[in-house]
Amino acid sequence: MTAYLPSLAGGLLIGLSATMLILLNGRIAGVSGIVAGLGRVPRGCWFSDLAFVVGLLLGPVAFLGMTGAWPEMRIAAELPVLALAGFLVGFGTRLGSGCTSGHGVCGLARFSPRSLVAVLTFLTSGILTVALTGALS
Amino acid sequence: MSAVLRCGAALTSGLVFGLGLSLSGMLDPARVRGFLDVLGDWDPSLVVVLGGAVTVSTAGYALARRLHRPALDSGFHWPRPTRIDGPLVLGAVLFGIGWGLSGFCPGPAVAALSTGTAPVAVFVGAMLAGMAVHDLGPVGRLTPGGRAPR
Repeated sequence: MTAYLPSLAGGLLIGLSATMLILLNGRIAGVSGIVAGLGRVPRGCWFSDLAFVVGLLLGPVAFLGMTGAWPEMRIAAELPVLALAGFLVGFGTRLGSGCTSGHGVCGLARFSPRSLVAVLTFLTSGILTVALTGALS
Repeated sequence: MSAVLRCGAALTSGLVFGLGLSLSGMLDPARVRGFLDVLGDWDPSLVVVLGGAVTVSTAGYALARRLHRPALDSGFHWPRPTRIDGPLVLGAVLFGIGWGLSGFCPGPAVAALSTGTAPVAVFVGAMLAGMAVHDLGPVGRLTPGGRAPR
């Protein structure tokens, strides 16, 4: 059971982050939308979006400072697969208006039917992709 | 002045988000693919991550709905209500395929850039290209995804 404590603590922090952003700035913590917004002409929320991304980048650095090690990262995919996957994630999250954070965390917390459909869809598609690539390898 | 405070709030929120992702194991693509491997050797730990995150943010959003405005801005930037349509579902399908292939979604991938790992940079570079192709191409001008990012 204690093996799940870091996962629980991490999840609570992610929820706290989304709560801070809505109660302080009135904004949804959706990473794909925030990152894509940085590609537009700076106006209004552009600087706070940039600040959010800088904070996001500092997260693993803070983890390094607290634990003395970077978070574990085991990347099995070859570079061409990573590039294809990255493109699909970028295009797909824009077409579908959100990712794991915007639809998954914030959308479900808002009881958005649209986000529920998106979450069930990308979970199913991800599960089938892992099953198929596992069967092929 | 409030713009500066909003930047400080966003920086702190991003930091807490990135630290949470680091603690939770979401930065580890092998772990994420293990979570998606429901039909094989399933790792359920990310259910705890999502459950914890949704529980806390549900309380946060419930409080937000009772307020007239957030602490540092004149109003809430709620997503415009839109329909469940083809672009939403197709986009989620494509995202899921990329998520399953790599084990990365946008938040963890961007956060992991600071670890200086080259494959992460390849993923994020391709992700930004995919976003740009959507937003600047014909699709982005036709669908709400191009204009309503959140």
